[in-house]
Amino acid sequence: MAADAAPPDGSRRAGFLRLVPGLTLAVFLGPVAAGLVGTLLPAFGFLPALGGEAVSLDPWRTLAEYPGVADATLRSFVTGLSATAISFTLVALFCAAAYGTRWFGRVRAVLAPLLAVPHAALAMGLAFLLAPSGWILRALSPWLTGFDRPPDLALAPDPYGWNLVLALVMKEVPFLFLMTLGALNQVPAERSMRVAQSLGYDRMSGWLKTVLPRLYPQIRLPVFAVVAFSVSVVDVAMILTVTPAPTLGVLILRWANDPDLTLQFQAAAGACLQGVVVLAALGTWIAAEKAAASLGRIWIRRGARRMPAGLNAAALGGLCGAALLGVLGLVGLTIWSFARRWRFPDALPSEWSLANWTRRADQLAEPLMTTVWLGLASAAIALVLVLLCLEAEQRTGRRPTNRALWLLYTPLIVPQVAFLFGAQILLVGGGLDGHWIGLVWAHLLFVLPYIFLSLSDPYRALDSRYARAAACLGAGPWRIFGRVKLPMLLRPILIAFAVGFAVSVGEYLPTVFAGAGRLTTLTTEAVALAGGGDRRTIGTLVVLQGVLPLALFALAAVTPVLMRRATFGREG
Amino acid sequence: MAISKIWRAALAVGLALGGLPAAQAQSWEETVAEARGQTLYWNAWGGDEGINDYVAWVGERLAEEYDIELVHVKLSDTAEAVRKVVAEKAAGRHADGSVDLIWINGENFKAMKDQDLLHGPITPSLPNYALIDVAANPAIELDFTIPTGGYESPYGQAKLVFIYDTQTVSEPPASMAALLDHAAANPGRVTYPAPPQFLGTTFLKQALYELVDDPEALLLEAGDNFDAVTAPLWAYLDRLHPVLWRDGKDFPSGDDALIRLLDEGAVDFALSFHPGKASSAIAQDLLPDTVRTFVLAEGTIGNTHYVAIPYNAAHKAAAMVAANFLLSPEAQARKQHPDVWGDMTVLSMDRLSEEGRAQFDALPRGIATLGPAELGPTLPEPHPSWMTRIEASWLERYGS
Repeated sequence: MAADAAPPDGSRRAGFLRLVPGLTLAVFLGPVAAGLVGTLLPAFGFLPALGGEAVSLDPWRTLAEYPGVADATLRSFVTGLSATAISFTLVALFCAAAYGTRWFGRVRAVLAPLLAVPHAALAMGLAFLLAPSGWILRALSPWLTGFDRPPDLALAPDPYGWNLVLALVMKEVPFLFLMTLGALNQVPAERSMRVAQSLGYDRMSGWLKTVLPRLYPQIRLPVFAVVAFSVSVVDVAMILTVTPAPTLGVLILRWANDPDLTLQFQAAAGACLQGVVVLAALGTWIAAEKAAASLGRIWIRRGARRMPAGLNAAALGGLCGAALLGVLGLVGLTIWSFARRWRFPDALPSEWSLANWTRRADQLAEPLMTTVWLGLASAAIALVLVLLCLEAEQRTGRRPTNRALWLLYTPLIVPQVAFLFGAQILLVGGGLDGHWIGLVWAHLLFVLPYIFLSLSDPYRALDSRYARAAACLGAGPWRIFGRVKLPMLLRPILIAFAVGFAVSVGEYLPTVFAGAGRLTTLTTEAVALAGGGDRRTIGTLVVLQGVLPLALFALAAVTPVLMRRATFGREG
Repeated sequence: MAISKIWRAALAVGLALGGLPAAQAQSWEETVAEARGQTLYWNAWGGDEGINDYVAWVGERLAEEYDIELVHVKLSDTAEAVRKVVAEKAAGRHADGSVDLIWINGENFKAMKDQDLLHGPITPSLPNYALIDVAANPAIELDFTIPTGGYESPYGQAKLVFIYDTQTVSEPPASMAALLDHAAANPGRVTYPAPPQFLGTTFLKQALYELVDDPEALLLEAGDNFDAVTAPLWAYLDRLHPVLWRDGKDFPSGDDALIRLLDEGAVDFALSFHPGKASSAIAQDLLPDTVRTFVLAEGTIGNTHYVAIPYNAAHKAAAMVAANFLLSPEAQARKQHPDVWGDMTVLSMDRLSEEGRAQFDALPRGIATLGPAELGPTLPEPHPSWMTRIEASWLERYGS
């Protein structure tokens, strides 16, 4: 970037600020790299503490011989890619069909809160909805189905992984949709659409042919993050796949937790394999991108003006259906949290009670407190770092290169288990396992990229004339930062903070590894119970999991309004 | 009787392998004094609310009596604690470790003992250990046939029981063969947790005891005889699996999952390792009050669980005091209370004072809990090598 874009004296005055972006990346990526090495060494037989003192391929041999590994690997690959493809298609078709209509805003209002709810909570809601003893069959039994006992069918969880795909779609659709919304500001969407429509293209074909090709590069990194996440997700898979047909990630966690310590080597090899699977999935996706691009070019050149009828209804239906399942599942579990007895096939509890909340209050208190301070601390630290990075970028006039952005995304693209496994050994070495410092660091890895994603565009979009006007009035850069930029950006800053908090609330694997069982959150407690625990307790945990981030988003929305009112009240 | 023969054989094997080394140098008073003000990290499975409440109560009592602050590190699998100690050893943290006390038995104990990860022997130093008549109950020092060597202190006994709803099943099966008949007549209504979940493994061992020709073979390490000895088990499972819940393609995660399935009416039987589980589930509104407990006529598998102290524990004195407190009549009687845990005590009644015995006599019994006589004979755990190989073999046959 040109140095002359920087404000006068900017690069010299920025001082320590110039070091912040590099430092931020080093603090994050150093331990990730070390964690990867810590996983790689035992995968090749080297872990002296467990008697592995020579490099060998034995861990890979035992991994390959383990029954069902190939199936589990394939299941991870297929479910992850399907979930991404379905989510992306739904979002693209919906945007094409609804861009510029009132549906756009409405759907956003429904999807944004779903994004705030942790994956595990949505997955557990889905499990209750679709299980053979679930809410849907309860509502239809026995009057319609004739069942007075739950049918012996593997509806949810299931051995094929379609519940896993469905749950991922429920969560990735809102994510990709909001990412698309952000990216739409960076492409001349409205102008393109006006031109396309004046040439006779209908809304959908116009959007798909003129906006999507320019939009896609902007959301490519988030899409890659979705691919990597979906292929390697552990908590959702634990909840929605059956015990004998797990995904690779679930198997790795099982081995890592096995009393037979020799399985640690196999777990390390599995964690490496998980990395390979993610790479393979990304490679497949990139190949599909290329194929889609050349097919798309042919399609655009042919010049068809109309999309098949019903496609927009299908996109809207798919999107709303996924959102509805998400909401219904959460409502079902909320009802559970107030139930005393709710046996099959009753559609609603036969006895109600507040005891789940009152009697278990002290059991809920500890994970609740950990979740809250962990979320607040990691979001606050990440927010400060991101603000400093963005400010450094404006003062030095140096935008992060594409490569730096990729680095920032590393924790989202490298499968969590691949470096968390090794990072745990590091944490133990530093005496930080199960210590809040290690846990906050582990969460920061995932919170920081999302806060950066959320805040970078509004920060860069702020009209630079405000800062220049303040400078003309004699304000120094820090004063401009504190008195002009921060107040004007209060709303996006608070929203970014809420995003970071929501990400932290939902993290499972980093909490399990860095918390070392001593620090538990609502999410780890809920996932531990998901397999067969008391649904009433699951209900209370899920309600809290959802309420916490939503409360913070509500605060983020309301605070700027109240503050403005207070300011104008005082001054007016 | 065949069972007492099995126990005698188990004892002979155990005595041949173990024996208690000499007691520690520090006096008990010194240990108690050193423990004052320490914070004790007890790593214990945290998946049951009743058990968590009990641990919390132990914490209150330790604070009152000994000025020890107890922190319950809730594990979903005891192996997590083992791994932590291993990781600490790997990182060179040979003192000041993060785990002070572990609720442990079986495979995990064997793994830690084999790798010299335990502090001890500890039981010779515990005053309350004298309340156990080891001569009358030799099984207490055999953890899954592995001699404890005093490296772990017992604090409860468990036994496999079955739970059924009298509203759905009139005559519960009295043997594994009868269970198969019931499953065949009612497809999809019988299931068990998948090994290596311990209840699932216990179910397999239970079947094995009934089906093998010579149960004594199970007390020695599994060797070349593995295939021959276990052949009847696989034949049994091959017939059972097609008529299991979900055709044997999915399995519940443990006794809580089974109790949920029983309550929903999805299955006819739940399994548990806690004889008081049915009563406590009724008390927690998790099962209707029409459920009852039953055991198999020829006995069911039972075992003892223990607490052990890692070699690098930071607060060994507090851990010793806690282990001793867990052996007090007060703590044992509370543990056996059906509303609390419903576990069987490890203490020998004839070693207790009048006052101590009275605490046990006063315990109520839940409506669905069997009395000591009705609980039937207890079968010993086989040597862990059987378990490891059965789990691997099961996974190969029915894993996916």
